[in-house]
Amino acid sequence: MAVTVEIPKERWTGTIREVTLGATADEGGTRAKTVTVGGETTLPFLYFEGEMPHLPVIGIEIQNGYPADWSSVLLDAWGDALQDTATWAKKAEELGADLIVLNLRGADADGNPTTGEQAAATVKAVLGATGLPIVVKGPGQAELDNKLLVAVAEAASGERLALGLCEDKNYRTIVAGALAHGHLVVASSPIDVNLAKQLNILITDMRLPLERVLMDPTTGALGYGLEYTYSVMERLRIAALTGDGMTQQPMICFVGEESWRQKESRTSEGVPEEWGDIEKRGITWEIVTATALLESGADILVLRHPESISVVRETINRLAAQ
Amino acid sequence: MAMSGLQIYKLLPKTNCKDCGFPTCLAFAMKLAAKQVELSDCPHVSDEATEALSAAAAPPIRLVKVGTGDHEFQVGNETVMYRHEKTFFNQPGLALRVKDTEDAGTIASKVEMVNDYCVERVGIDMGFNAIAIENASGDAGTFAGTVEVVRAKTDLPFVLIADQADALEAALGKEGGHQPVIYAATTDNWESMAAIAKEAKGSLVVRSQDGFEELAELTDKLKGAGVENLVLDPGSRDLATSLSQVTQLRRLALKKNFRPLGYPIIAFPGEAADSAEAEIVAATQYIAKYAGIIVMDRFDPAVAYPLLTLRLNIYTDPQKPISVDPGIYEFNSPTPDSPMLVTTNFSLTYFSVAGELDGGGMPSWLLICDAEGMSVLTAWAAGKFDAETIAKAAKTFGAGDKVAHKKITLPGHVAVLSGELEEELPGWEILVGPREAVDIPAYLKAW
Repeated sequence: MAVTVEIPKERWTGTIREVTLGATADEGGTRAKTVTVGGETTLPFLYFEGEMPHLPVIGIEIQNGYPADWSSVLLDAWGDALQDTATWAKKAEELGADLIVLNLRGADADGNPTTGEQAAATVKAVLGATGLPIVVKGPGQAELDNKLLVAVAEAASGERLALGLCEDKNYRTIVAGALAHGHLVVASSPIDVNLAKQLNILITDMRLPLERVLMDPTTGALGYGLEYTYSVMERLRIAALTGDGMTQQPMICFVGEESWRQKESRTSEGVPEEWGDIEKRGITWEIVTATALLESGADILVLRHPESISVVRETINRLAAQ
Repeated sequence: MAMSGLQIYKLLPKTNCKDCGFPTCLAFAMKLAAKQVELSDCPHVSDEATEALSAAAAPPIRLVKVGTGDHEFQVGNETVMYRHEKTFFNQPGLALRVKDTEDAGTIASKVEMVNDYCVERVGIDMGFNAIAIENASGDAGTFAGTVEVVRAKTDLPFVLIADQADALEAALGKEGGHQPVIYAATTDNWESMAAIAKEAKGSLVVRSQDGFEELAELTDKLKGAGVENLVLDPGSRDLATSLSQVTQLRRLALKKNFRPLGYPIIAFPGEAADSAEAEIVAATQYIAKYAGIIVMDRFDPAVAYPLLTLRLNIYTDPQKPISVDPGIYEFNSPTPDSPMLVTTNFSLTYFSVAGELDGGGMPSWLLICDAEGMSVLTAWAAGKFDAETIAKAAKTFGAGDKVAHKKITLPGHVAVLSGELEEELPGWEILVGPREAVDIPAYLKAW
C-alpha cells in the first residue's frame, strides 16, 4: 500500500526588509565591514519553503563604565576587560561579535549623570577600537536618552549606527538625529503588535526610510515574560510574511541584559538546591532565552556571556546547515 | 477536521422527528457542529453516520497517555501551530536515558536524581516525567535486569528502547504495568512490536529513516493490527532537519487532517549533540517546537530548572495567565505594626514579591488585588490596577483590621497612583516602595 505525502508549504507573499548596519570608508563611515540582516521569505530556518538570505547575527554588549551591578558569573568571565570600554570592545570582537552593542549607563560609579560629551567620547573610543558596526543604546530614560543619543549621533556622523531605544515618547528626537547624521534607529515597543506597527508608521511619517529601522519587540527573559515576547515575535513575523509592510523590520532582542538581570542568573545563596550551580544556570538561562527567540524570528541577538555567545553562534550554524 | 452543520446534516435521518429535542434535524446538526450536544441524543442515527462523525470528531493529533497514577502524563491532542492562536495543551514529557551497559551505581544515581527532582515555580511543582532505558548491551537478560532494578527505585513510567522484540518482551515482564512507551517499530519488526505493544498496554513508537511515506505506511499497518497509541520518530537528529520535520508533521496533522501522521512526536536532543550545551539547545527547540516526549542524555539541576521553566512558559495559556487568589497574605507572623504592601495577582509578580518577603525574614502583610492576572505595569497600563481597584481590595479583605498604622506601600512602578489612592482610602498614608521585588528587603529594613 503506497502512501503519498504532500508536504504543506506556506505561500507567503511578504519579505522582511534588508537593513544594513555600519558604513565603510567608501560609504562615508570608518567601519571595516557592514552587517546586513533581514530578507527572510519564511519563518526562521524553514528552508523547505523559503529563504533566509542573511543568518541572524550576534551583538555583544559593552558599557561605558565597569558594570559593578552585573552577575558575578559575568564579571568573572570577562575579568579586566570590563575596566575599559575600548578594551572591552576589542575583546568582544575577538569573541566573534558581528556587532558591538554599546549600552550607555545613565551615571558613573559615583552617581554623576553621564553627559553628552562623555557619551560621544565613548562612542569615538569604541569606533577606534573595533571595525564592527555599532548599536548605541541609551540608559532607558527618555530625556537622558535624547541628550546622549543626539550627542552620539553627531559625533559619529555617517557611521550608520543603530540608535536606541527609539520609543513613542522620544522617537522624534532620535529619528531626527538619525536623519541628520545618517544613522539607523531601534524602534522599541512594549510586546504589542499594534504598538510596534504604530511606531513604525510614526517613524516613516518623519521620512526615515524603513531600510533604516530595526524593531525591538521588548525582550522578556526565560521565566519573566519570555512567552509573551516569543508569541508577539511570531505574530509580527507572520504579519510581515503575509504582507503587512509596517511589520517587515528585522528584529533585535536584548537577551543578555534581560536574562542576566534575573534572580536565577545572579543568586547563588539562599536559593533552592534544585536550581543547581549558579554559573551553569545563568549561562543556560541566556542560551535558552536566545534559542527560543532565534526560533521565533530574532535577526539580532544581543548577548553577554562568552560561553553563550559561542553556543548561540554554533546554534545558528547548526540551524543553517541545510 | 471538524465538520460543518450542513455536512453533519447530510448524515442524519432527515426525518425531523424531534426525538432529539430539537425541531429539525438541521437544528440538531448545527448544535452538533457547535459541540453543544452529543450524537447519541439522536436515537435513529445509522451506524455508518456514527462512524463517519466520530472519525471526524477525533483529534487531529492523537492523545497518548503514558504512565499511571500520579505519574501519568498525556501528550498530543494539540490544535494549533502557534500558541497565540489558542494555546498548547499537553506539555512534552521529559525523560532521562540510562543504558543497560552503564554500571549499577551510575544507573542508580541517575534514576534517584530524576525521581527525587522537584522544583517549584509560581506555585507549580515541576519535574521530569519518565526514565528511558536502552538495551545498549543487546542482551535481553541484561536489559530485563536493568529494568527490574530501576523499577525498584521509581514509579515513573519508562521509555523502553531496544531493537529486538525478545529483549523488549523480557523487559516488559519487569516493567510493572505502568503504561510504558515502547521504542521502536520499524518496517522490519512492526508485526512483532505490534503484538508486544498490545500485550503491554503501552504506546508504541514508530520509526522511519526513510521519509514520511514509510512512516505513514507503518502507522496504517499498526493501526490495522489494532495498535492505536502511536508516537512518531521521524528519524532526523540534526537541529535544522528536525525543525523542518516537526513543523511539517504538525502541519500535515492540523491543516491536512492527515490521520496516518497525526500522532505525538518523540525527540532525542542528546543524539546529535557533542556537548551538554548542544543538547540544551536542541531540547529548547523541541519544547518550543512540537515534541511530545523528549529523551535527554544528561541531567543537571542547573539545566533541568531552565528547561522546565521554558516548558511552563510555552505551555501557559496566552488567554489565561497563571494567577493567584486575591486576598491578604501573611509572611513571618505579622502583627498590626507590620508593614502592608500591595501588588497584583499575576503569579510571577506574587511569587517574586512573596519570595523576598518570606526570605527577608521581616513580618509583613501582602494585599493581592485582582488585576486579571497581569503584572504591575501591564495591569496599570490596561486600567486593571488603579486606585479604585486597590481601595476596593483593601476594603473587601479588611486591610484596616490587619494593621493599626494605616500605611500601605505601592509598587514603585505605580508611584503615580499615590494621590488618587489617598482620595480613595481616606485616613491612609500611601507609601511608595521599590520598583523591583529584589529591593524589598532593603526597603523593609528602613520602613
